[in-house]
Amino acid sequence: MAVYLLRRLVFLLVSLLLASAVLFALLRLLPGDPANALLSVGATAEQIQAARQSIGSDLPLGQQFVTWLGHIFTLDLGTSFISGVPVGPDIASRLVVTIPLTLISFVLAVLIAVPVGYVAARRSHRWYGITLSGVSQFGLAVPIFWIGILLISYFALTLRALPAGGFPRQDWADPLDAIRSLTLPVITITIVMTASITRYVRSATLDVLGSDYLRTARSLGASFRQAMWHHGLRNASVPVVAILGIELATTFLGAVVVESVFALPGLGNMLLTGIAQHDYPVIQGVLLVSTFLVLIVGFIADVVQRLIDPRLRGNMTGQRVAVVR
Amino acid sequence: MKSPRTALAALAVGIVAVITLSSCASGPSAVSNSADATINVGSVYEPQNLDNTGGGGQGVTEALNGNVYEGLFKLSDSGEVTPLLARDYSVSPDGLTYTVTLQNNVTFHSGATLTSADVKSSIERVTADASQSSRKSSLAVIEGIETPDANTVVVTLATKSISFVYNLSYVWIVNALATDLKTTEDGTGPYELGTWKRGSSLSLRRFDSYWGTAAKNKNVVFNYYTDATALNNALLTNALDVITSSQSPDALAQFADNPDFVINDGNSTTKLLLAFNDKQAPFDNVAVRQAVTEAIDNKKLLNSIWGDYGTLTGSMVPPTDPWYEDLTAVHPYDQVAAKQKLADAGFPNGFEFTLDTPNYDPHPAAAEFIKSELKQVGITVNINVITPDEWYTKVYKNRDFSATLQEHVNDRDVVFYGNPNFYWGYDNAQVAALIKEAEQSDTTDQQTAKLTAANDIIVADAASDWLYLYPQIVVASTSISGYPLNGLNSQFYVYDIVKS
Repeated sequence: MAVYLLRRLVFLLVSLLLASAVLFALLRLLPGDPANALLSVGATAEQIQAARQSIGSDLPLGQQFVTWLGHIFTLDLGTSFISGVPVGPDIASRLVVTIPLTLISFVLAVLIAVPVGYVAARRSHRWYGITLSGVSQFGLAVPIFWIGILLISYFALTLRALPAGGFPRQDWADPLDAIRSLTLPVITITIVMTASITRYVRSATLDVLGSDYLRTARSLGASFRQAMWHHGLRNASVPVVAILGIELATTFLGAVVVESVFALPGLGNMLLTGIAQHDYPVIQGVLLVSTFLVLIVGFIADVVQRLIDPRLRGNMTGQRVAVVR
Repeated sequence: MKSPRTALAALAVGIVAVITLSSCASGPSAVSNSADATINVGSVYEPQNLDNTGGGGQGVTEALNGNVYEGLFKLSDSGEVTPLLARDYSVSPDGLTYTVTLQNNVTFHSGATLTSADVKSSIERVTADASQSSRKSSLAVIEGIETPDANTVVVTLATKSISFVYNLSYVWIVNALATDLKTTEDGTGPYELGTWKRGSSLSLRRFDSYWGTAAKNKNVVFNYYTDATALNNALLTNALDVITSSQSPDALAQFADNPDFVINDGNSTTKLLLAFNDKQAPFDNVAVRQAVTEAIDNKKLLNSIWGDYGTLTGSMVPPTDPWYEDLTAVHPYDQVAAKQKLADAGFPNGFEFTLDTPNYDPHPAAAEFIKSELKQVGITVNINVITPDEWYTKVYKNRDFSATLQEHVNDRDVVFYGNPNFYWGYDNAQVAALIKEAEQSDTTDQQTAKLTAANDIIVADAASDWLYLYPQIVVASTSISGYPLNGLNSQFYVYDIVKS
C-alpha cells in the first residue's frame, strides 16, 4: 500500500505539471493581447507597448512559461494583471465559498442518494421504486441553472424566506448568515447531484442483487440482510466510490453556473471575470488550483477503492491474492 | 440496511432545516437614524483595480469618484463644473496660466494635510508615461506646474484650453506619498474605503474628518453582479437599495408594476455607433455613408432593444453637452432616397462589407438589425463577431476594418472627429480647425458656437452613423432618495442618499 501511495503521488505531481503546460499553451492560443485589457480607447502605440512590458506579455512564450513554473514551485501564483492583487490569497478567499458549497452539497447528495438508490433497486418493481427511478432520471435532465432560478423565484422572491443571492461580506463570521446564503445554492446542486448518484447506486445495487455470490450466501443460510451487509454492500460500493470521485470533481468545476445564478463570490465567479478580462495569472491560477483539487479527489477515490476492494490492492503491489478460499 | 423510511426521514430533516433557516431571517435591522444608514448599491461594473490611471475601468469611477477621491473641480450630476478642492481660481488674460487656491484644512484619509505638492503629483500621475488614463491626451497641453506655496498651484499651458477646468474634474487628488493605489486609497472625499471583497462588494464608510459637508449616510456598499437577473433579484428582495445603471430592459417591467420601486430615466452620454472606416472604399465616399445612414431605421432599432427608453440624437453629441442640437432630421430614415444615393455613387446594385461586431450586448442584436435593413437597399452585410480584445487590436489599433459597432461612453467626445488619426479616420480639415479653435476659445459661447458648427459638418458628412443614445436607468427602492440620476462619465455620487 505504501509503494502504491508513493507511486500514486508521483503520478499526481506529473499530472499537475502536464496540466500546467497544457493550460499555459491553451491560454496563449486565445486571440488578442492581454495588455489590451489594461488600456482604454485613446491609448497610443507607446502606451500599448508599455502595458505589454509591464505584464511581460512581450516576452517569448518559453520565457513566460519558465517564469510561471518557477513561481508555482514557490507556491506563488503571481499577481493579477488587472487588479494588482496576488492571485493565491484571492483564490483562498474564494475557496471559503466554493469548498463548503461543493462539500455540503456532496455530503447531502450522498446521504440522500444512497438510500434512495438502494430502495429504487431493491424495490425496482414496486410503484415507489419505479417512481424514485423516474424522478432521478428527470432530475438528471433538468439544467442546473433552471432549478436555481425556480428556487430563487419561490423561496426568495415569493416567500422572502432566503436570500436570492450573494454571500455575507464577513464570510463565516456569522455562520448562520453564511449558511442562509448557501442554502438555496446547496439545494440546487444537491438536487442535480442526488439524481445522478441515485442512478449509479441503483444500478450498482441491481448488479449485486442479481449476483451469484449473494444467492450462494443466501443458500448457505444467511438472511438477506446478513448477505447484503457482509457481501453485497462492499461490492456495490466499489463502482459507486469511483463515480463519487468524478461527481465531486464535476460539481466543483460546475459550481461556476450556480455561483453566477446566485451571485456568489466563489472560484467559478473569479474564473469567469478572469476570462472576460484576459487576466492570465488569474485564469491560470484558478484552473491550476481546480486541477489540483480534482486530481486530489481522484487520488482519494482511488485509495478508498483499494481499501474497500482487496483485489485492486493485490494488482497494484504485484502480490497475488488468493481468489478461491 | 436503510429503508424507505430512512430516506423519508432524511428528506424531512432537510425540509425542517430549510424552514428553520428561513425563519431566522436576518434582514436589515431597523435603522433608527437615517444618518447611520447603510446604503446598498448594486452594479455590474466591479472595478478591476482602484486606480483610475491604472486600468481600473468604469467601476472605479462609479464607486470612488467624488465619494473617496475628489478633484480640484467637480462635474455635477447635471453636467456643470464647479470648484471643489479648488477654493478659487483665476486665469491670466492670455488664457495660458491658471492659478488655483486650495481649500483650507483638507486632510487625506491617512491624516496628511492636502498641499499644492499633492495636486502637482496627482496631475502628473495622469500625464505620466505609465498612465493608462484615457484622458491623458487632453492634459497634454500642460507645459508646467508650479507650487509657489503650500496652498497655491500655478499651471501653465502651451496653448489656450477652454476645457482645462473641465478636464481637471476627473483628475483625482491623491496623497503624493500614497503607494499601492491599485488596492488601497488615500483621497480626500467624504468616504474612506472599507473593504473590497473582490468578486462581490466594495464598502465605503463615512470619513469623520471630512473637510466639507458630511455624507448623509454612514456606510455605502457597492455590490457587484455578473448576472443581471441576480442583480434585479437582489433589488426585488431588498438586499439592494438602488441599481446604478440597469442594462436589462426586459427586467424593468417587474419594477414598473411595483409601488416599492422607482425607475428613473436619466441622461446618459453613451452612444451606440455604426463607425465606418472613412479612409477606405466604399465608406470613403460621403454619399455611401449618407445612404447607409438613411437606410437604417434607428427608431425601430432603439425600440427593439430598449423599448420606450433611450434617445435619438442624430449625432455624437448628447443633450448634456452644451453644443447639443437635435440633428435626427439631417439624414432621416428613407430607403428610397438611400437607394438613389447609392445609385448616384456608382453602387446601383449595392455592395458587400464586413461589420466587426463586439460579442456583447447590444452589438450582436444591432448588427442583425442593420444587416436586415441594408439588405433592403441591396447591401450585403457579413457580421464578424469579435471579442473586445480583438476589437481593440483589429479595429482600434490596426484599423483593419470596413465598419464596426461600438459604444462610446464619454461626454464631450465629438472632438475625436478632429483627430484624423482616430480609428475611424474621419479627415476633414475644416472640422479639425473648428475643433482646435473651439478649444482655444475665450468664452464657452465661442466654444459652443465652434463645436456646433463642427458637429453640423460631421453630421452632414455622415462621418459615422450615430444609432442612438443609451438610456441611463437608475432603479431604486422608494425608501431612498438623493441618488444621482445621470450617468455622466459613469460617476455615481452616493453622499446625498438618504434612507427613510
